[in-house]
Amino acid sequence: MKGIHFTRKQLCIPYALFLICFVIAPLFVIIYYAFTNGEGRFTVANLTGFFSSPNTIGTLAYSFGIAIVTTGVCLFAAYPIAYILARSNMKKKHAVVMMFVLPMWINFTLRITALKEILTLLEGNLAYHPFLNSVIGMTYDFLPFMILPIYTTLMNLDNSLLEAANDLGAGSIQTFFKVTLPLSVPGIVSGIVMVFLPSMTNYVVLDMLYNSTYIMGSLIGSYFSAYDWHNGSMIALILLLIILVFTLLTNRFEDETSNGRGGALL
Amino acid sequence: MEKNNTNSKNIIELKSITKVYDDSFTAVNEFNLEVKRGEFVTFLGPSGCGKTTTLRMIAGFEIPTSGEILLNGTDISKLPPNKRPINTVFQRYALFPHLNIFDNIAFGLKLKKLSKAEIVKKVKKVLEMVDLEGFEDRKVQTLSGGQQQRIAIARALVNEPEILLLDEPLGALDLKMRKEMQLELKGMHDRLGITFIYVTHDQEEALTMSDKIVVMSEGKIQQIGTPEDIYNEPKNAFVADFIGESNIFNGIMTGKLRVRFCGAEFECLDDIENGTKIDAVVRPEDVIITTPEKGAVKGKVISVIFKGVHYEITVVSGKNEIVIQSTKSAKVGDEVGLLIEPDGIHIMVSETAQNNIETGIDKSYKLDILEGALNCDLTAIIPNSKYNENDILVDNNGDEIDISKLKVIVSVFPEDIEMSDDENAGVVCGNIINLIYKGDHYSYVVRTDEEEDFIVDDEYLWNMNDRVSLIIPEEKITYTLKK
Repeated sequence: MKGIHFTRKQLCIPYALFLICFVIAPLFVIIYYAFTNGEGRFTVANLTGFFSSPNTIGTLAYSFGIAIVTTGVCLFAAYPIAYILARSNMKKKHAVVMMFVLPMWINFTLRITALKEILTLLEGNLAYHPFLNSVIGMTYDFLPFMILPIYTTLMNLDNSLLEAANDLGAGSIQTFFKVTLPLSVPGIVSGIVMVFLPSMTNYVVLDMLYNSTYIMGSLIGSYFSAYDWHNGSMIALILLLIILVFTLLTNRFEDETSNGRGGALL
Repeated sequence: MEKNNTNSKNIIELKSITKVYDDSFTAVNEFNLEVKRGEFVTFLGPSGCGKTTTLRMIAGFEIPTSGEILLNGTDISKLPPNKRPINTVFQRYALFPHLNIFDNIAFGLKLKKLSKAEIVKKVKKVLEMVDLEGFEDRKVQTLSGGQQQRIAIARALVNEPEILLLDEPLGALDLKMRKEMQLELKGMHDRLGITFIYVTHDQEEALTMSDKIVVMSEGKIQQIGTPEDIYNEPKNAFVADFIGESNIFNGIMTGKLRVRFCGAEFECLDDIENGTKIDAVVRPEDVIITTPEKGAVKGKVISVIFKGVHYEITVVSGKNEIVIQSTKSAKVGDEVGLLIEPDGIHIMVSETAQNNIETGIDKSYKLDILEGALNCDLTAIIPNSKYNENDILVDNNGDEIDISKLKVIVSVFPEDIEMSDDENAGVVCGNIINLIYKGDHYSYVVRTDEEEDFIVDDEYLWNMNDRVSLIIPEEKITYTLKK
């Protein structure tokens, strides 16, 4: 009996179909809607509308604000945790790392509902601190994505480099700032990418926390739920471009830090 | 500044340094060494012998469990590495991948807050010394292994340390590069006058480069001496076996300057008491092949291997196998005679003819060894003792003897122990941690799970780390009370 042989090209067909159906085609649909009006004619009104409306620009700025603060909080909370775990001689440290990742195994809705109850208990009415609650909610959600890449880079850090720094006259603080920190930059960059981008758009967290504030994601959501495909698509497209620029920037940064064994564990 | 009454010529002294790790593994045991200023000292031994641990204690990465490290007479054993005027060249170079060559070399100088101009000058000078002028702006990753090695040496030397430590620095290089670097390092040492402490498992490297070699095994110093001493006058069978190839034979002194081994009598230069059991070491190049009539030992050639400069010829004589290096070839199957000149024979008094293991006694009058499997009649070895009606060991006056303080020495000859690969065959199981070929048999050291070492002679070849069961015939064991 003759066996069936596929060439590499043939094996690629299902994936190519998938990409065309779910990535490329939707992209064209978004571009089409973004540059047309209700009658299907070409227009740039959606684009100019975005930049002239104080509402959309304000939301963009606010989203950036939340994303920057969330990323900052995540970074400062995650680095010490990752550092302590990676450098300790603890036998079961993988178990401890798992403890930080464990919340991700619990259903997202359940997690945020629990957080909502706790915050309500502490604050009374959630509406009083919308910005703070947004940051708390997102930090809670995204912290593992910051810890894991940093932990992985620190784990891969060659101990003899630290000994070499120590041997050449650096104390432990100098060793940290001159060797450990620069060499963990790839992990930090991966962490930032993984936290910053979702926290600009993930409005579900805010919605569930009865949050009245708007971020980019909520804006798109509100247009779409009002069947305004055109404005919604334009915002989605702009967001896509922002993400593209951001990714290009971080990629360049990772290249420059050489030795880019970025610890993307996820 | 002179403290204590140490010799001012000694830059560093290690005094009974011992390192025990948490899991009660003794890596270094009672290490004593004096190093003179400007000396090239090599720690040589197989992997796991404690040589790197000792180096790391001098560097400051490990703190000795006990003992002193005196640098110019001052104890530095608890000082952190950054406070010691000592620099290290690491095994895998440990260059900083995020810094270029200039910043790598300038790392230590910048921490010392030297002026920019001075740093630039020093880096340039040290790069010239390692033949890599103009490499300042290169990235670490673009350098070959040999070049990275030179940068690692430059990075350490630029700080002008009192002692330079080198941890198997040439291990990752290919043979030709290694030979070149050996000579270069030796040249650098001669020019700079800095004390070098070098760690290697390569005996040839140690012999080529060192002023003084410290041969180590199992955390203990086996011999300290010049390369010539170590090669020509090995102190024990381990050193003889580890340094160069050698034939080691069990033998016995038969008269003044006369020794018998391999079934023949030889003249020798070592004056040892008649009748002493000895190990005779004969280097392969010291055995002369002649006709059967002229030879002291007659044998048959069983293999001939061409090795470039010489032939390696193996001859069997009776139960003994003798390895010979000769520029003349021989044919397999030839009957030959062998001669050994007196200065080609080095004699070592057998250090370990017998296994003597000290053990306590437990409450049920069993020995605290081999899980109480041995039946030792305590009344026979404890004078004037007997068991009373309650089965308690008492002395002449009927008073109970305090056995908790007594120690019994269990003795058995290596040739009386048999090895088996059936774990249930013998009284105890262990792993082979050392083996030396002694002409007609192998001498093994078997370490049991309770960390007791047994020396076992066996004519069959086992492998390192083989798990074996030791069969010790009851009647061959002698017991004595430790006084």
